[in-house]
Amino acid sequence: MSTHRVSKSFGHVEVLTHIDLEIHTGEVLAILGENGAGKSTLVKLLAGYEEVSAGELRLATADGSTVPVASWNIEVAEQHGIVLIHQEFNLAEQLSAAENIFLGNELKRGLFLDQERMLRLARKYLLALNCQVDPATPVSELAVADKQMVEIAKAYARNSKLLILDEPTAVLTSKESEVLFRLIERLKQQAVAIIYISHKLEEIERIADRITILRDGEMVGCYPASSLSTDDMARLMVGRELSNLFPNIPAPLDEIALRVVNASVPGLVQAASFELRRGEVLGFAGLVGSGRTALMEAIVGLRKLTASAQIEVAGKAVSYPNLAAARDDGVAYLTKDRKASGLLLNLNLVFNFSLLSLSALFLQRKYAGLLIDQKKEQRAFEQAIKTFDIRLKDSAITAGDLSGGNQQKLLLAKIMAVAPRIIIIDEPTRGIDIGTKSQIYHFIAELAANGHSIILISSDMMEIIGLSHRVAVMCRGELTGILVDDEIEEHEIMRYATGLKRQPGKNNSEDQLCA
Amino acid sequence: MPEKFGFKLDLKTTGPFLALITLIIIGMLVNDAFLSTGNLSNILARSSFIGIVAIGATFVITAGGIDLSVGAMAAFISGCMIIIMNSLIGTIESSVAIILLAIIASAGIGALAGLINGILTTKAKIEAFIVTLGTMGVYRSLITYMADGGTLSLDFSIGDIYSEVYYGDLLGLPYPAWVFLGVAIIGYVLLNKTVFGRHCLAIGSNEKVALYSAIHVDRVKTMTYMLQGMCVAIATIIYVPRLGSASGQTGILWELEAIAAVIIGGTVLRGGYGRIWGTVVGALILTLIGNILNLTDAISNYLNGAVQGIIVIAAVYLQRGAWRRNKQ
Repeated sequence: MSTHRVSKSFGHVEVLTHIDLEIHTGEVLAILGENGAGKSTLVKLLAGYEEVSAGELRLATADGSTVPVASWNIEVAEQHGIVLIHQEFNLAEQLSAAENIFLGNELKRGLFLDQERMLRLARKYLLALNCQVDPATPVSELAVADKQMVEIAKAYARNSKLLILDEPTAVLTSKESEVLFRLIERLKQQAVAIIYISHKLEEIERIADRITILRDGEMVGCYPASSLSTDDMARLMVGRELSNLFPNIPAPLDEIALRVVNASVPGLVQAASFELRRGEVLGFAGLVGSGRTALMEAIVGLRKLTASAQIEVAGKAVSYPNLAAARDDGVAYLTKDRKASGLLLNLNLVFNFSLLSLSALFLQRKYAGLLIDQKKEQRAFEQAIKTFDIRLKDSAITAGDLSGGNQQKLLLAKIMAVAPRIIIIDEPTRGIDIGTKSQIYHFIAELAANGHSIILISSDMMEIIGLSHRVAVMCRGELTGILVDDEIEEHEIMRYATGLKRQPGKNNSEDQLCA
Repeated sequence: MPEKFGFKLDLKTTGPFLALITLIIIGMLVNDAFLSTGNLSNILARSSFIGIVAIGATFVITAGGIDLSVGAMAAFISGCMIIIMNSLIGTIESSVAIILLAIIASAGIGALAGLINGILTTKAKIEAFIVTLGTMGVYRSLITYMADGGTLSLDFSIGDIYSEVYYGDLLGLPYPAWVFLGVAIIGYVLLNKTVFGRHCLAIGSNEKVALYSAIHVDRVKTMTYMLQGMCVAIATIIYVPRLGSASGQTGILWELEAIAAVIIGGTVLRGGYGRIWGTVVGALILTLIGNILNLTDAISNYLNGAVQGIIVIAAVYLQRGAWRRNKQ
């Protein structure tokens, strides 16, 4: 398949300009670019989700030449074996894995469905992906990684010739990613072409054959993967040198901002204790599902803590019944899932920006008394746009129209509008380009330098190591250690995260490893 | 194509108004009597019941809920008011005082009924559709029971005085229309200018985001049902003097007409987007259809429901198109 001078506009905004691509069988073509560079739009064009505004798509024919495609939509694309696997999955949650794999493509015996054969084949496909899931399980009960495997199995069952993976590892642990990479290797040998989008440059370096780089909707170029280092990739994507990705942060003060003793959440967290000082960035590392988010949500009143838990904020014992109480006490939580729990995607940016701060009594005079002062609200929003460098293409758009990086900045602006002293930030840079990442790191550093206290939950090891003064590690709901100075190092963190190591006094139950 | 874009955006907000004007023109063409003061004030007074209920429904729906119990609730509150007033005759001298007491009781019952719907949906975590389907059955059978299968009638001594509330007018506009206007203005300010309104919008748009934005989701949702209950009570207060009676047939299908008015007005049924003025226009449109069919021989009056149904579906279809174009 190839594209020839393909462009795409939404309304009068051109998001892709003259893109030329060629995808060969049995190769992995990586598409790289900052958020908003047009990667997702490009693959949606290829898979028939969006119409091409100008230029043409061409398909390879048997004799090696290419012909332009006449009409292109999802069904036609699927007939040609082109499948896009979304960041957000396209699975029917209530149906079983097997039913999803054969959805719209069901095997029949006479008039009836051949359940047995579908289950058998589904199991075979899943096993080929090294996935132990029972194909009869409803998708809603599967872990995220398994859902992805079901998606891939679905593509596999359809004999796809071009598989487009849009940030597949964003939701996977490193072990699960490993399985995916091996699978990609195998698919390549079966002459399947793969388009791979990811922000993780190391992955791209490892699996891509060629790399196409986009910047602001235009092609920077297409390079053989062997000719680029990860530094080159970052430089080409951003179009400028990225010096000091991780800024220096001054040492924290001695003053304790937050003390948590014996915090437990039934089934999720067992007796976690830690302290956070003023001006400190305390990293929270751990595998996905280790209870970091649950612990933080419980501290800010989004979940129930057990009665044994003691929490002190600035030396005062507190117990927040809900998030509003935490907010009014200067404790804010920035959710990791900006789409599901962070922003109202169908509403405008101003409403999103002020949603948390509107009902904060201590901020009433800022823009809301009995009635909302929409002029003041607008002014506060415009100020936030400048402070957080949120880039708008059109002032009337909704939060859902923003790129991931700008959504994250808007979310940050929303949280900071309540002027919190303690900020818990959960996965701030998931699915975000390197330029915005660097900006967010600088915001965090600035906050800490100004005496705010920050808890940083992240699955990105470099981020944890680069920003944190100390690193708390959790494993299966337990806090296994708090690392300082030289201990803050990738392998050491992994040892604590998998339960291989455990600091004395950090609740020693005799159980086995986490991983 | 910026100009085109702007025009379509406009159509989305002005669509219901254009439909209303079209209907008025049709009405004028169909029958000269349409523009008579008598007919116009009749339309306004009649649309005010559904309109007031629909303004409450706008809040419930904007916050992602639904209330099917409003028609039965209106009947139940009517019955309660009549029983209260009849039983107070003789104990209290002044008829006006009796009426005022009944009005206060009515508002209280409405708020309480809303509170029950709200608590069942938020605390017991039962879907609003099911909760209000249940309470609808309860109120409907309670009124039938209270009327003993027949009709509860207001005592004439009070009915004569109270009827002024429905039939009287101020500056040429019937009282019910004034009440409708007042409720609409309060509703508009509440939905568009207050934190409560913003929270309704947020909850209807995405409840989880609302929760993570420190919004008291359960409290706000319960308040929308209470607001709905009080709107039903207000509608009942101006409805009772019209007939001076209540029976198992009172308020039948009001819930569907109220929801229809809300939807015609452009509020999105799945929540997150509400328009009070749209709802007002929606209620007027529904009443106008019935009125025009009454004034013409071209279509049988019995087809009123069919015409209303087609208009609701067409309105949603047009808005859907406008949404999609807006997205692009």
